Amino acid sequence: MIRDITLGQYYPGDSWVHRLDARTKIIATLLYLIELFVVNNFYGFLITAAVLAAVIALSRVPVKFIFRGLTAVFLIIAFTFLLNLFMVDGRVLWHWKFLTITYEGLSRAFFMAIRLVLIIIGSSIMTLTTKPVELTDGLEKLLYPFSKIGLPSHEIALMMTIALRFIPTLMEETDKIIKAQQARGADFESGNLFQRAKSLIPILVPLFVSSFRIAQDLALAMEARCYHGGSGRTRMNEIRFERADAVAAVLMVVFLIVIIASRFI
Amino acid sequence: MSISVRNLNYIYNPGMPGETVALRDVSFDVADGTILGVIGHTGSGKSTLLQHLNGLIKPTSGEVYIDGECITDGKTKMTDIRRKVGLVFQYPEYQLFEETVSKDVAFGPKNLGLDEEEQQERVKKAIGLVGLDYDEIKDLSPFELSGGMKRRVAIAGVIAMDPKILILDEPTAGLDPSAHRDILAMVRRIHDEMGIILIFVSHNMADVAEMSDKVMVMSDGQVALEGTPAEVFSQGDKLSAMGLSVPPAREIAELIKRKAPDFSSKALTIDEAAGDIRRYLEETRG
Amino acid sequence: MKFIEVKDLKIEFTRIDENGREVPGKVALDGISLDIEKGSFVAVVGMNGSGKSTLAKCFNGLLAPSAGRVVVGGFDTAEEEHIWDVRRRVGMVFQNPDNQIVSSIVEDDVAFGPENLGIEPKEIRRRVDDALKRVGMYELKDKGAHMLSGGQKQRIAIAGAIAMRPECIVFDEPTAMLDPKGRASVMSIIRDLNAEGITCILITHFMSEAEQADRVIVLKKGKVLCDRTPEALFSDREMIEKAGLEMPPAIEIRDKAGLPEHLTTADDIADYIAKK
Repeated sequence: MIRDITLGQYYPGDSWVHRLDARTKIIATLLYLIELFVVNNFYGFLITAAVLAAVIALSRVPVKFIFRGLTAVFLIIAFTFLLNLFMVDGRVLWHWKFLTITYEGLSRAFFMAIRLVLIIIGSSIMTLTTKPVELTDGLEKLLYPFSKIGLPSHEIALMMTIALRFIPTLMEETDKIIKAQQARGADFESGNLFQRAKSLIPILVPLFVSSFRIAQDLALAMEARCYHGGSGRTRMNEIRFERADAVAAVLMVVFLIVIIASRFI
Repeated sequence: MSISVRNLNYIYNPGMPGETVALRDVSFDVADGTILGVIGHTGSGKSTLLQHLNGLIKPTSGEVYIDGECITDGKTKMTDIRRKVGLVFQYPEYQLFEETVSKDVAFGPKNLGLDEEEQQERVKKAIGLVGLDYDEIKDLSPFELSGGMKRRVAIAGVIAMDPKILILDEPTAGLDPSAHRDILAMVRRIHDEMGIILIFVSHNMADVAEMSDKVMVMSDGQVALEGTPAEVFSQGDKLSAMGLSVPPAREIAELIKRKAPDFSSKALTIDEAAGDIRRYLEETRG
Repeated sequence: MKFIEVKDLKIEFTRIDENGREVPGKVALDGISLDIEKGSFVAVVGMNGSGKSTLAKCFNGLLAPSAGRVVVGGFDTAEEEHIWDVRRRVGMVFQNPDNQIVSSIVEDDVAFGPENLGIEPKEIRRRVDDALKRVGMYELKDKGAHMLSGGQKQRIAIAGAIAMRPECIVFDEPTAMLDPKGRASVMSIIRDLNAEGITCILITHFMSEAEQADRVIVLKKGKVLCDRTPEALFSDREMIEKAGLEMPPAIEIRDKAGLPEHLTTADDIADYIAKK
């Protein structure tokens, strides 16, 4: 179900991970993603998984809650797995008609699936432990140096804030529209590709109309609350880089070195 | 036509941190031709319950029978249920999508697989039933209409499926007093002319008292009270404990009773309350 | 003392014709003149399309007059350089609880207005806590906005307005999408704010809400049809019908039972009958 998607949700808490500067978490997540693509063997994945498990434990976010995010993207993971399983050439393990599984395909499929799972869990840890406003504030601060070359860092950050805020609203809206059209006998499941694409029109048109209405209402509400761009704006919670952040940064670098080293095992 | 609901339970996100019981052991019956008013707060389970009645939600356990046929056993074809049970959501005007009013209203009949001619006949009849002029409106874009008219067109879209049971979720939400009265009169007319079961959700106790043959009060996923308007609204204490109230006419009658102990009234509507006051004053005078 | 002065206000929307030229369109407000007293509680009623919401948007400069003037606390809303002075003084709460909340977390949303005003972080924190306490939502300050009920969301929106320390708040049908519980909680907050000296302007379809104001302005087709106390308005059946409104239940009962006209509330009626 739509409401199972945990990516972008915040899990309130006061753990060590929650208290880290958003910038630290953004950079750490970026490093972590890079690491995942550097990893090429079993030991590397084992270390990564162990580090991730440690971070989850530190964050005190229930494991159940984290895994719920995975169920929503299970199809993508399964698809990636199958694609790699059958598409890679190499030493044949099993063969039936046009389907062939190779040793290389099997290991690649496993690694890709594990990689995806780790990506999703890792990045959802960031969003689950960081308030959306802190996340976007952190992003705004990180991008600030680039505003000198014309990058609208404040606007990008605000757009993200609003996007995160309205994901649940739009999902509810979509759910309602789908149900309303189903109540009028709409069928989204049968027919060929063209017919199915056409059957989306009764959902997409009302969804666009609703989105524009929401955008209009929101713009008005923001204007009424004196929004006039980023200049002269202050923040209730100034984000601050503290000792814990330095510790986290050092640990991340150590982790990166270990991972690179693991390639040579 | 009849509805029977037996031991219906529904749980959102079972086994997950967000697990919520939306319906617990809900059972009730609705007889042919009834107007059933449903009241209860947001989150009381009303919407979840109504969506079970036309198969949009599958129960965690329990059964729904429409006209004696079980629709929750997984064997019934969904189009057959939706042909019988029409559901109009809150703010239905936000679901309009076609270029013209007649195309939009024809969406339901088309999905039922009716031929062109029959579709148009249904559209014409439905637009008439919601009190709009077919020839005047059929080629207009639904997006050009006023709010009240949009809502009528959206309701016509469901009526055009010729349901035997019509469910309306807060049909008067957000309307001004005169549009409110018009829509209520329209709903009443649709019920009388089509001879159907009508279920409507409302936060307006006066409307519920005025319109319904039977009233059902939902609270915390359960049917808290059920009966005729007189039966339900005589339990003011229970209603106020749920944060609900009795119709204003009854409230005023109760207030008078507190100050004039020999005044008695079971009034639900303005007219009944006024009648009781007249009688009381004549008696005390005489 | 006058807080808002509206003089010959006209709002005319323009539209683009087939040749891409801007041409005059619908006239939404047509020569409105009225004053809003500081500290008063004014209701604005009228049918859909009578211009109520358009008028609301003129009170804080969200719409600039096509003709005429709106002066708020001494500032003309048509003057660009004072627009923020106007909006800081007149807060606004809209109909749809969902579409006016900017941030995902309750307290961050309440902070949005003060942050735009460039206020010191510590002072913002004080204002946000205070505003949340006044609407009874302080305990939920860390919650996600999408987890709240409609009534709770509307209270957050009110807290967002309060945190800007306005002198006046315009409520544009704040209860239209709420259930009875939510509606009652919003109305009680409005009464409290007014008792604390904030000027309240309430746009509504519910006569039971309009009844609670000191004064009711009735609009019809962009014009002021009448402007009087609720007692005076609801003793004028002809006016109510002309405006497409309805009588409060107590008055309906009074008239149908043939009771004297000086009884205007349910309490009056009960007292009258008890004395008989």
